[in-house]
Amino acid sequence: MTTFPLDFSADYFALFGLARAQGIDAAALETRFRDIQAQVHPDKHAQGSEANQRLAMQWATRVNEAYQTLKSPLARARYLLQLQGHDAQVESNTSMPMEFLVAQMELREAVAEARVGADDTALDGLRRTLVSEMKGEYQRLQELIDTRQDFPVAAELVRQLMFQEKLLHEIDDALEAVLA
Amino acid sequence: MALLQIAEPGESAAPHEHRLAVGIDLGTTNSLVATVRSGMSVVLNDERGRPLLPSIVRYAAGGEIEVGYVAQSHQASDPRNTVVSAKRFMGRGRKDIAHVEMLPYDFIDAEGMVKLKTAQGIKSPVEVSAEVLKVLRHRAEASLGGELTGVVITVPAYFDDAQRQATKDAARLAGLNLLRLLNEPTAAAIAYGLDNGAEGVYAVFDLGGGTFDVSILRLSKGVFEVMATGGDSALGGDDFDHRVFCWIIEQAGLAPLSPHDVRLLQVRAREAKEYLSQHDEAPITVKLGSGEYVDVTLTTDIFTEITRTLVQKTLVPTRKALRDAGLAAEDIKGVVMVGGSTRMPQIQHAVGEFFRQEPLNNLDPDKVVALGAAIQANLLAGNRSAGDDWLLLDVIPLSLGLETMGGLVEKVIPRNSTIPIARAQEFTTYKDGQTALAVHVVQGERELVSDCRSLARFELRGIPPMVAGAARIRVSFQVDADGLLSVTAREQTTGHEARIEVKPSYGLSDDEIAAMLKDSFSHASDDAFRRALREAQVEAQRLIEAVASALKDDAELLSAEERSYIDNAIVRLQAAVMGDDRRAIDQAMDALSKGTNEFAARRMNKNVSKALAGKKIDQIGLDA
Repeated sequence: MTTFPLDFSADYFALFGLARAQGIDAAALETRFRDIQAQVHPDKHAQGSEANQRLAMQWATRVNEAYQTLKSPLARARYLLQLQGHDAQVESNTSMPMEFLVAQMELREAVAEARVGADDTALDGLRRTLVSEMKGEYQRLQELIDTRQDFPVAAELVRQLMFQEKLLHEIDDALEAVLA
Repeated sequence: MALLQIAEPGESAAPHEHRLAVGIDLGTTNSLVATVRSGMSVVLNDERGRPLLPSIVRYAAGGEIEVGYVAQSHQASDPRNTVVSAKRFMGRGRKDIAHVEMLPYDFIDAEGMVKLKTAQGIKSPVEVSAEVLKVLRHRAEASLGGELTGVVITVPAYFDDAQRQATKDAARLAGLNLLRLLNEPTAAAIAYGLDNGAEGVYAVFDLGGGTFDVSILRLSKGVFEVMATGGDSALGGDDFDHRVFCWIIEQAGLAPLSPHDVRLLQVRAREAKEYLSQHDEAPITVKLGSGEYVDVTLTTDIFTEITRTLVQKTLVPTRKALRDAGLAAEDIKGVVMVGGSTRMPQIQHAVGEFFRQEPLNNLDPDKVVALGAAIQANLLAGNRSAGDDWLLLDVIPLSLGLETMGGLVEKVIPRNSTIPIARAQEFTTYKDGQTALAVHVVQGERELVSDCRSLARFELRGIPPMVAGAARIRVSFQVDADGLLSVTAREQTTGHEARIEVKPSYGLSDDEIAAMLKDSFSHASDDAFRRALREAQVEAQRLIEAVASALKDDAELLSAEERSYIDNAIVRLQAAVMGDDRRAIDQAMDALSKGTNEFAARRMNKNVSKALAGKKIDQIGLDA
């Protein structure tokens, strides 16, 4: 009987042998992910008993979920905050600084306008600005969590970044519609 | 010598025994079977040396079942009983099949999937496909000299749950031990990856007769990871033939044609297209049934011109897949070409230009899928040797979600998630005392249920009566390594559970999938508008329910005049909800809210006094 030498109750960081931090070694995460999947994936147990195949599926599912969570900086931050007992309250807490909301609304209008006008240059410009802005914010998020351990402020930044990720997606959709 | 060997599961009884395993490309037009022999993947030919088996089954009146070339030869003389392209009907309802009225079959619209009336009774597409699989099984067993341990069957990457399930059923019906359903582009990449020892990110560009599929895969250290997949299931070589066909008619100035002449010109159009893959110009001379002569010459330049938009159309899903993978064209190390239509120089050129490199063509584009499937089957059957071990991480092609209030889709698992995967979502009850919850599982990218494909419906019953919003119902999705879904729903406070293996409620045509993918971005703003409308409608319905429930309990708190004002406002709101004017709904809601403010205040007072009435004075602190 094949065994799975892993602890199902371990948190995602422990699963991949990583320290609990927002700043992670992406290459190490990927290598560990592949190593673990190479052991637990159902394809590796195709000739095993039915119980074993089921177990393999459960493990592979958990490892996929863990990898997806840690790979994305936003999902990783939410998960970290949750582990720290500071839920980011993404569904319930919708309060944002007025300044941020106004800026977001203006950006959204600009995207809608560029989309209607089929202006892919404008969309590209908006995208670049947003991406560079978010890059700085992700750095600040890492500092807030890892260095200053200011979880309430980090939670607020997570909520803002979720807004911005959504906007980024809208810009990509608009670009695609314009280019098609 | 041991008479009986007991092997641990996962280990073979005799280490040197080679298990017979094959890969099957179950195609719309043709099917193939391949195996790994002395470390090489090879296609198994029939007794006459032909690699392809036309995916055609004839149920003859005499009782015999013919498959392949024999059946094909009767296609014209016995069209009703000769089933062509059964793959298009797998997991599909009658209304989902494109041009169903043009097909010569006697369709019966059965629950979940169409069936066909033949001389040998009613047959489902699953049974038809199983006949094709049986012939391939016999071919493999005769060729390999033993019974098969297991098979891998390929499916288009965009195949949804219903179509995958139907394919799995066909394998079971053919007596095959299905080791895995494998996506066609992934199979092609496996064939290339192992033959060429590739490392890096690859694109698989698969243009068949009627469909287009593109996948982005990363190959590294023995792991094949599908990063994104996309396509257009209404774009293929047939569309190029059609452009040529239209060009001929225009050039020759032909009047409306007889069906026979239409078929004749279609065939000539395809021949001319294929001829141009090797030559600079193709002469087209035809004598039509009408007595007219057609004598035109199609040059490469003209062909390039009239098919330019089609070629461009393949690049749209390609860009989208790259974006989903978070990559640019420069990041792609190699482009694997699959499907006969990729032989067109125009496609080769466009792909080369887009990715800024020569596409890979060293494997036969018609065989590459079966070759890759055989390699995967060999591995899964346990015939692995040192250094010949890899892992395949595939993705789900279309998002899975649930219907929520107002016909909106709540996405539970987004497309391109690595499988196997599980996700759970919590829902609550909408009405006081609600004891059942209908769960409707859908697949697709759009925001409205009506624009997605319905996979299954089931009901969670026996929820203990609670006030609206108090129950916590957790709906869990699990997608296995074949890309097949199962769903469970569980009421958290009582542990009451309902479980379902998703069986399709009806099918969806390839056109619809293509349209679904396309519409998900071109209608995004339209969706947003409709979403806002639906939300307003749900909100309004909620208000009506709340007021109705309050009226039932405390109608005596209102004067006749007040009551009639509220009744009026309810009727007006109900009327507004039926329409699609969001402002009208908002206004009617405002009117009803205002009309019930005073009523709500009186109810509050009444309830407070009721609560106080049951208590002694000292309990509420008035005895000081």
